[in-house]
Amino acid sequence: MGELLLIALSAAVINNLVLTYFLGICPFLGVSRRLDMAFGMGAAVTFVMTVAGVMTFAAHKYVLLPLGLAFLQYIVFIFIIAATVQLVEMYVRKMFPPLYEAFGVFLPMITTNCAILGTCLFIWLKGYTRLSEALVFSFSGGVGFTLAIVIMAGMREELELADVPRPLRGAAITLFIAAILAMAFSGFAGIGR
Amino acid sequence: MDPSNVESGEHFPTALETAAGPHLLAPGASTRRMMLDVLIGLVPVLAAALWYFRLAAAAQLLVALAVALATEWVICRLRGRASSLSDASVCITALLLACSLPPQLPLAATALGSFVAVALGKMAFGGLGQNLFNPAMVGRAFLMICFPASMTQWTEPLTVHATTQATPLAAARFAGEFIELPRLLVGNVAGCVGETSAILITLGGLWLIVRRAADWRLTAGMLAGVVVVAVVEEVVRGADQSLGWARHVSAGAVLLGAFFIVTDPVTSPLSKSGRWLFGILVGLLTMIIRLLAGYPEGVMFAVLVGNAVTPLLNRWTTPVPVGGHTRRAAGRKPADTGPG
Repeated sequence: MGELLLIALSAAVINNLVLTYFLGICPFLGVSRRLDMAFGMGAAVTFVMTVAGVMTFAAHKYVLLPLGLAFLQYIVFIFIIAATVQLVEMYVRKMFPPLYEAFGVFLPMITTNCAILGTCLFIWLKGYTRLSEALVFSFSGGVGFTLAIVIMAGMREELELADVPRPLRGAAITLFIAAILAMAFSGFAGIGR
Repeated sequence: MDPSNVESGEHFPTALETAAGPHLLAPGASTRRMMLDVLIGLVPVLAAALWYFRLAAAAQLLVALAVALATEWVICRLRGRASSLSDASVCITALLLACSLPPQLPLAATALGSFVAVALGKMAFGGLGQNLFNPAMVGRAFLMICFPASMTQWTEPLTVHATTQATPLAAARFAGEFIELPRLLVGNVAGCVGETSAILITLGGLWLIVRRAADWRLTAGMLAGVVVVAVVEEVVRGADQSLGWARHVSAGAVLLGAFFIVTDPVTSPLSKSGRWLFGILVGLLTMIIRLLAGYPEGVMFAVLVGNAVTPLLNRWTTPVPVGGHTRRAAGRKPADTGPG
């Protein structure tokens, strides 16, 4: 139990996908202009990440490895992620049309979100061998992504009225904030080692 | 009605005569006045710095100050704006940065950190009042990442020949040596330029609180967060294996942070409850980093994380005006009323 808690804390805060591995930067920059959208994106990514993490773990452990097909890992993982994103897309389109409009291209782009493929691969790189570990790790990875994008959206909304120099407006100042956030979160390095 | 009549008491001031807010409670209140109060509060801190670290401290302070002033002036010129040096806020940024640096840090690094603090931490966001992070802490974090070795080289106080010595926190964390409380209170220990003397920092900090240049809720919240975790640590690890709350508060940058850094009005929440939450969060994170992470001190990181969630705290703790709508209804824009 303590081990799972540490995995969760590590994935969500200490080794935050966005702020320490710099994965998933596209939606982090693209959909962080408004807080409600950012939270929606975080929830969508968390769902896809959890489902894809567990399914790729199972596929790899119970199908690819026994059949000696581990070299197909990337293709199979991408298939599974794409299928999950399709599921989310259909759901959001049916249930939350305004959110679907607001996401625009960023919703199908979750397929190519490197944070998700990264999480699926990290599960193996970090040597997790139990399904519970894979589940906790991928879910907390999504929570960490949501945390980062929500913090970023809060700050960007605050900046809307700020007199940011013209060349720095938009993506530039957002990357500045991301850099300072990354410096701030680097303080947690070493917890649980 | 003529406002001078109201002040001289010739008319009974009624509610109808009250002008629209915001109201200045103190006559002559201005950004400059507030910053000068902070500068006065910093005097005992700087005195301790100069006494314990002599010329090394003076050099850090002067270089940081000169580079910060020059940076702000040049950026104002580049943007074609009136110079904002006169509000004195940049001096505070520079002095707080210098106070949080090791005395023997190479001066080129100090200059770089001071430039980053003002250019990236403050002016990139549009200047005073619009920066999201505490500029001094941005500069220090940048130096911490760029020069990790120089930023953790500490020297013995009161000596001309710089002898390396561990800070009280590093000694407790890595060598298991606990420095006794009186030395921490006086400040005769290794550490950042302006963080060592607990008594003098408290003296300067109380001046800020009396003058209302700092909100006591932020200070109290942070100290409460630190004390709670320190007491828990003492219970879990035993009194002889832990620093205890008094030493956790007086060692390292907690007091400097609680009085001078978290109280920055720009980067802390606006509401009273938000300020409590912010202070407590910074205190808790400081202790988590001190006790569990790779760094022996965590005030800087904790303040930056706290600054990052400040916009969210502002949002969640917006007070409901009397007779107004509830927070949820007031925060909703018409465009958001669709499903979701």
